[in-house]
Amino acid sequence: MALSRAASSPSRAALLKPLAAAISSSLFRRSISTDTTPITVETSVPFTAHRCEAPSRTVETTAEELVGFFRTMALMRRAEIAADSLYKAKLIRGFCHLYDGQEAVAIGMEAAITKKDCIITAYRDHCIYLGRGGTLLDVFAELMGRQAGCSKGKGGSMHFYKKDAGFYGGHGIVGAQIPLGIGLAFAQKYKKDESVSFALYGDGAANQGQLFEALNMAALWDLPAILVCENNHYGMGTAEWRAAKSPAYYKRGDYVPGLKVDGMDALAVKQACKFAKEHALKNGPIILEMDTYRYHGHSMSDPGSTYRTRDEISGVRQERDPIERIRKLVLSLDLATEKELKDIEKEVRKEVDDAIAQAKESPMPDPSELFTNVYVKGYGVESFGADRKEVRAVLP
Amino acid sequence: MATSAAQRFGRRLASSVPRRRFSSSAAAAAAAATGGSAVQRTQNPSLNLCSAINQALHIALDTDPRSYVFGEDVSFGGVFRCTVGLADRFGKGRVFNTPLCEQGIVGFGIGLAAMGNRAVAEIQFADYIFPAFDQIVNEAAKFRYRSGNQFNCGGLTIRAPYGAVGHGGHYHSQSPEAFFCHVPGIKVVIPRSPSQAKGLLLSCIRDPNPIVFFEPKWLYRLAVEEVPEHDYTLPLSEAEVIREGTDITMVGWGAQLSVMEEACLDAENDGISCELIDLKTLLPWDKETVEASVRKTGRLLISHEAPVTGGFGAEISASIVERCFLRLQAPVARICGLDTPFPLVFEPFYLPTKNKILDAIKSTVNY
Repeated sequence: MALSRAASSPSRAALLKPLAAAISSSLFRRSISTDTTPITVETSVPFTAHRCEAPSRTVETTAEELVGFFRTMALMRRAEIAADSLYKAKLIRGFCHLYDGQEAVAIGMEAAITKKDCIITAYRDHCIYLGRGGTLLDVFAELMGRQAGCSKGKGGSMHFYKKDAGFYGGHGIVGAQIPLGIGLAFAQKYKKDESVSFALYGDGAANQGQLFEALNMAALWDLPAILVCENNHYGMGTAEWRAAKSPAYYKRGDYVPGLKVDGMDALAVKQACKFAKEHALKNGPIILEMDTYRYHGHSMSDPGSTYRTRDEISGVRQERDPIERIRKLVLSLDLATEKELKDIEKEVRKEVDDAIAQAKESPMPDPSELFTNVYVKGYGVESFGADRKEVRAVLP
Repeated sequence: MATSAAQRFGRRLASSVPRRRFSSSAAAAAAAATGGSAVQRTQNPSLNLCSAINQALHIALDTDPRSYVFGEDVSFGGVFRCTVGLADRFGKGRVFNTPLCEQGIVGFGIGLAAMGNRAVAEIQFADYIFPAFDQIVNEAAKFRYRSGNQFNCGGLTIRAPYGAVGHGGHYHSQSPEAFFCHVPGIKVVIPRSPSQAKGLLLSCIRDPNPIVFFEPKWLYRLAVEEVPEHDYTLPLSEAEVIREGTDITMVGWGAQLSVMEEACLDAENDGISCELIDLKTLLPWDKETVEASVRKTGRLLISHEAPVTGGFGAEISASIVERCFLRLQAPVARICGLDTPFPLVFEPFYLPTKNKILDAIKSTVNY
């Protein structure tokens, strides 16, 4: 491929630039690099370690991976913005928690692990689901409560699952998914299949008692569990310093090693997750604190501006945005042109719009679905509606 | 009488000393009934409820390599010795102690079950189950529903000893079944005797739904009966008429049934014929059996140890009134625990004792 090269050969890059421009304007629309030659990049800031040796700041990546990061994160961002509009148009009902700003965590984690590894998270789950290979149609259909949704329209925003990709889902109660993740890790350890579980929680959930119950069990039994604290600095509307005596979440496992990671840098996240997986398989649990930021409010009823300044948000957007970071990297390494990246964003936008249109076509679940999946069929279950005489379903 | 009682609960001793002293060797009971040849006649050993549970757990672990038993102190046998010998036989990888953290234990169990395993979690006392309430109600019960059947934790069974023991006091005597009966997605099961406990526990472990299994701890050592040695299960959501009668239907579960049985016997002396039903599964419960019985007798009495207000008796009462309004000849009677914290020194006053039930039987029949 014409545009691909190792970062260490700037002269060649300069030489090939005119060619690139020529190709992109010609019939060959896709001239973006898909090269897989290794490129090495430094992470934005060093890792801070607790009871372990921090991994190197030098991350190995490829042109293909970087452009892929850009594309997937742009897609996630666009999907979340679209979900926002759909919510305001009342096409999405119930609760909805958006992930924009935190995309690098989902993408970097995915780059370091396989689908045999499990991920379990809380309710901010749309992008984790996309990262695990879910489709936009699954997402929007689920958000709008349609049959084509990943949980057949019965879960909604907070309950996305993908069994074939080891995504154990979105859970609605703050912190309640963490001990489940420890159970997953136990099963993995027992099976000896060299896989690990990532249990994600926020800085708000970091103050939950069950986190410490889970940590203790994981450490006691050396389980391959990675506890990922996505620290977006606000537990709902409460700043971390108002809620936590020690906001150094990577240290709060005490006897469990921890690593603080720039969660806005996809490559740093990837490096940390790779390190954590190796660590967890050898030595048991580890905490990864991802320093990240959510642009939206906690949920749709939170404008997100009453407990923080607009300057703070725009400051993060300008200086730390995970997509912009990758855009700059791709441009500086000359892996694609600015126009090509813009085109990717346009494509992504169209994909999202198409998926929404398609999702709207999907019918609502059949009313009888109200009664299904409460218990396994065939076990003598009976469910009633509001009028016990009129609406009654006896499951076979 | 001795034979039929033996079939129901294990044998009640004829002596009237302590309350609920209703069981001894079932073989002896049978011997009394058949004139002394029973010991040769039967090969099923007599077991107490604790040993029956232990046997069920052995079978569960033996028949499914993906089953696990864990909880506080279980690898040492547990406080009630129900898990004795399991760790030695099946290894510390499958039978293990957890830290003292009920919320974590149940959450861990849900995760383990979500991977397709059978997780049998022990909560040491039903009174300690409340920290895990969120995990049971919000995580376990709804997992299948909210994931559109992709995931479930049907392999999860939570065992917890419940109920009075005579001196347990405030935090070792409660009967919290009603809290869980309000949660579609889980099942709630309570056995009344050793052979029932074994069959029902095995059903629960193998049922593809998460289940809370409350064990009547007063009966752990007190109830003894013949328990078949082989692997067997008993159907869930099926109530059993354990004593037929014509004048009044009495519904109960677990240890309370033995108290109700005593009241039935006394009522019989006064010429009242009582039908006694063991509900066994409280959620989803067998309305048909209770309904059929009330249609026959025209009267209903429900008894449980938990406080009367908001107890599961209220649900039974409401459902039966809906279904049998015109057949009822008297108000439904609920003889239950009082609306107080479970007391220490006042336990005999708090409990729905035989005489309270007997009074209620008489006043319902003579209404």
